Amino acid sequence: MIVEVLELARWQFGITTVYHFLMVPLTIGLAVLVAGMQTAWVRTGDERYLRMTKFWGKLLLVNFAMGVVTGIVQEFQFGMNWSEYSRFVGDVFGAPLAMEGLVAFFVESVFLGLWIFGWDRLPKRVHLACVWAFSLATVASAYFILAANSWMQHPVGVEFVDGKPTMNSIWAVLTNNTALAAIPHTVAGCFAVAAAFLVGIGSWRLWRRRREDDEHRAVWRSSVKLGAWTGVVAFVVLVVTGDFQGKLMFEQQPMKMAAAEALCHTEQPASFSIIAVGDVADADCESVKTLNVPAVLSYLANGDLSSEVKGVQQLIGEYQDEYGSHYPDDPALGELAGKPVDYVPNLPVTYWGFRIMIGFGALSMLVGVGALWLTRGGRIPDGRWFPRVALGSVALPYIANSAGWIFTEMGRQPFVVVPNPDPSGVDGVWMYTAAAVSRVSQGEVWLSLVSLTLVYAALAVVEIFLIAKYVRGGVESVMPARVASRLGAGGDGDEGGSGGGSGRGRGGQDAPDDTDDEPLSFAY
Amino acid sequence: MELEVVWFLVIAFLWLGYLFLEGFDFGVGMLLPVLGRDDTERRVMINTIGPVWDGNEVWIIVAGGATFAAFPAWYAGLFSAAYLPLLFVLLALIGRGVAFEYRGKVDSDRWRRAWDTVIVIGSTVPPIGIGFVIASTVLGLPLDADGNRVGSAFAAFRWDTLLGALAVTGFSLLHGAVFIALKTDGDIRRRARRLATAVLPVAILPVAAFALLVHVRHGSGWTYVPFAVTVAAALVAWWRIAAGREGQAFTALGVAIAGTVVTLFGALFPDVLPSTLDAANSLTVHNAASGDYTLTVMTWVAAFGTPAVLVYQGWTYWVFRKRIKTSHIPAPPSAQQVSS
Ligand code: HDD
Ligand code: HEM
Ligand code: HEM
Repeated sequence: MIVEVLELARWQFGITTVYHFLMVPLTIGLAVLVAGMQTAWVRTGDERYLRMTKFWGKLLLVNFAMGVVTGIVQEFQFGMNWSEYSRFVGDVFGAPLAMEGLVAFFVESVFLGLWIFGWDRLPKRVHLACVWAFSLATVASAYFILAANSWMQHPVGVEFVDGKPTMNSIWAVLTNNTALAAIPHTVAGCFAVAAAFLVGIGSWRLWRRRREDDEHRAVWRSSVKLGAWTGVVAFVVLVVTGDFQGKLMFEQQPMKMAAAEALCHTEQPASFSIIAVGDVADADCESVKTLNVPAVLSYLANGDLSSEVKGVQQLIGEYQDEYGSHYPDDPALGELAGKPVDYVPNLPVTYWGFRIMIGFGALSMLVGVGALWLTRGGRIPDGRWFPRVALGSVALPYIANSAGWIFTEMGRQPFVVVPNPDPSGVDGVWMYTAAAVSRVSQGEVWLSLVSLTLVYAALAVVEIFLIAKYVRGGVESVMPARVASRLGAGGDGDEGGSGGGSGRGRGGQDAPDDTDDEPLSFAY
Repeated sequence: MELEVVWFLVIAFLWLGYLFLEGFDFGVGMLLPVLGRDDTERRVMINTIGPVWDGNEVWIIVAGGATFAAFPAWYAGLFSAAYLPLLFVLLALIGRGVAFEYRGKVDSDRWRRAWDTVIVIGSTVPPIGIGFVIASTVLGLPLDADGNRVGSAFAAFRWDTLLGALAVTGFSLLHGAVFIALKTDGDIRRRARRLATAVLPVAILPVAAFALLVHVRHGSGWTYVPFAVTVAAALVAWWRIAAGREGQAFTALGVAIAGTVVTLFGALFPDVLPSTLDAANSLTVHNAASGDYTLTVMTWVAAFGTPAVLVYQGWTYWVFRKRIKTSHIPAPPSAQQVSS
């Protein structure tokens, strides 16, 4: 039975986290960019930036709601489905999680509420500070959760006491080299998503209204440019940090990287496979033809062109010597007790995951470069194909991110906590995924897997429908023209109307608790 | 004081904060079809909690996270053993969270009515499920020596835990009614007050009954004191709401739930999750806790983090202190939409 529960729990974790991580990157990237837009408005008084803030802020909210509700599932899931894991690692893994809640989520949710409802209740600068608090808190939450995740990839800061890892340095956990590499890489991935979103939607809006004299044209042009530059910079950061992460992973999880390269046999110097034809699932590679670039893999792994990179076959032997060739004969492992351990992660997933991540990320950046070219010197892209391509390309960085994560997480199988290979590292702190799962009934996990997946699928339809609706509606749908016309170069006291309608701006001070009948500037 | 004890208190405090804050959120959602006669009134109700519900919900995330960090075995044992109630809580919270955000985004009665249904269900199921979970941890579950559940997936559903579920639900309903009376103005305020006065004696009954049950079964020498506080505060709340003093009634209800939480956790201590099979299998503050180093780190984090949260969350309530009435509700955003 444990095997079924294990399979179901893995599927559930995979589905729910990949889904959560569809919302998360857009929230993180867009929150910071929207905060930047609002700052530009406050500093210059240029109404274009207010419109950008309102429009992109609205889409941010539609997306944020889904990020929040899917996040709670993640938090509970460790206890519900992975209770053996939680017992084993709780002493160290729980701390960053609790800090994320206390330091990041509270700030995020409270200041978001202040931002949404506070347009006419707060002085302009305090209101601006709220959006910054919110957006920086989303980055902080990424930091803590990635520190937790990196600890599973590379346990540090612990000693082994009474059969359990016991934390002895929170500093080591929070500055794990794996985390310091993963955090900028992932955050850059988040900006890549937000960038593609701006470019795609902005280009499409520019094109839709190309013949009319669209009063909002400046909004879309600035959005496209902002997105395109963000995308280019994000990609450069992704490549640099990704290279760094790769080198770390060759040290920390050589099997994952050998799998990512479908490198079956040790090579010196090792060549990099760009693309493969045939069945990469076969750990012997007899049937695979790949297009190789000599020596590049040696460079990726070790920074030179001549060193040896270990292949899957050799690593299997090393892992068996180190961690045993069979699962321990422990009844807690159910049917797996005493069975051989398969140390090779799913090869097609890791091989293609790695390539999809890099390839789709690169394509997405190219779209950004194209947008910069087509909008240069005040131009408007008027070919009919570019806006459509750009809109479709919004999907690219999402796919790249998901592929990267699926590679990262499936590449560490069969371990849920990967042993730290550093000879001075922590002995004994590792765990098989099979040992991590809860002792609950199959029915319970079936029910949660099916119900969550169905609810998520339904909500995906709703979210996409709403985003499409606002995109079609443009600036007017978030900021009725009537209100917009009253804005502009108004003085400091004019806070501007907002999504809701005819709210009149109130002065710079904290508004007194008067009893007027003025409608709220924003209401659900 | 030992750090394990400190963390036991912190977690009790987090649950209290959660029940107090999200209690009224749930109540507002449950009462949507009862007190909201038309769409504008329902929007008045939703907007009383609009800026704050998400911050309130984080209390349960932090309660869970803090339990994970400070008492991993408690977190693992409780969350896996009470699997089904938690799953229902999750599904309900998912629907409810998006419903608030999405309800007004399309201008159609069918759309709004559909999301209203989600809000009502999504606000009724969580207090029931959380009641089952809290009652399970206080009254115990059939755990083996490894802290795993013995027996079926329905182990958390018993008559005594059902009483706990009713208690949390009843309290939330009441707290929501008083909150609406406190945060709105006009006709709806009067109706909320009347409703709260009428249902208080009934809705508070399971709270008192459950606290009494826990005191009788597991209570120590002093837990009758917080129990008495619960009963007394409930009476005060009744008296004050009938007199139209909503703020005082709201505070009194807060005292009542605090008394109950103190009774429950006071009776539970030093266990955190008793085993109903064998007392030797019970999880206690000692055998379920993390190491001293982890607890020390977490204590520092909490010592700085918690007061900050209380300050800025309190500030939100101050910023949005104004009562809301129907005239404050703008026309639905989409009604004014100029389509392109
Ligand atoms: C738009 C997204 C995107 C793009 C273009 C790239 N990556 Fe990436 N990559 C991610 C998004 C991502 C990610 C989803 O954010 C991951 C998953 C886990 C993580 O830390 O970041 C990731 C993981 C990840 C890992 C695994 C780390 C681990 O197992 O812990 C490696 C080795 C790389 N990346 C390397 C690269 C290289 C060499 C790239 C380009 C040349 C690259 N990535 C582009
Ligand atoms: C950053 C915090 C994260 C943590 C702490 C975490 C932790 C875990 C855990 C405990 C499992 C189950 C055990 C296992 O299968 O090994 C798992 C599996 C998985 N996770 Fe993550 N994860 C994180 C982020 C992500 C993200 C963002 C994604 C995808 C976008 C992801 C994708 C997956 C997948 C696909 C699996 C299933 C792998 C398999 O069973 O083969 N994870 N993760
Ligand atoms: C790299 C992986 C992850 C990152 C960067 C991340 C980041 C975030 C962010 C920014 C939010 C804010 C809401 C939103 O998404 O729009 C959020 C929500 C949440 N995430 Fe994740 N998350 C990740 C994976 C996980 C995992 C594995 C867990 C499980 C512990 C988790 C737990 C939560 C919770 C509980 C919330 C709700 C917070 C609220 O109510 O505001 N996240 N996450």
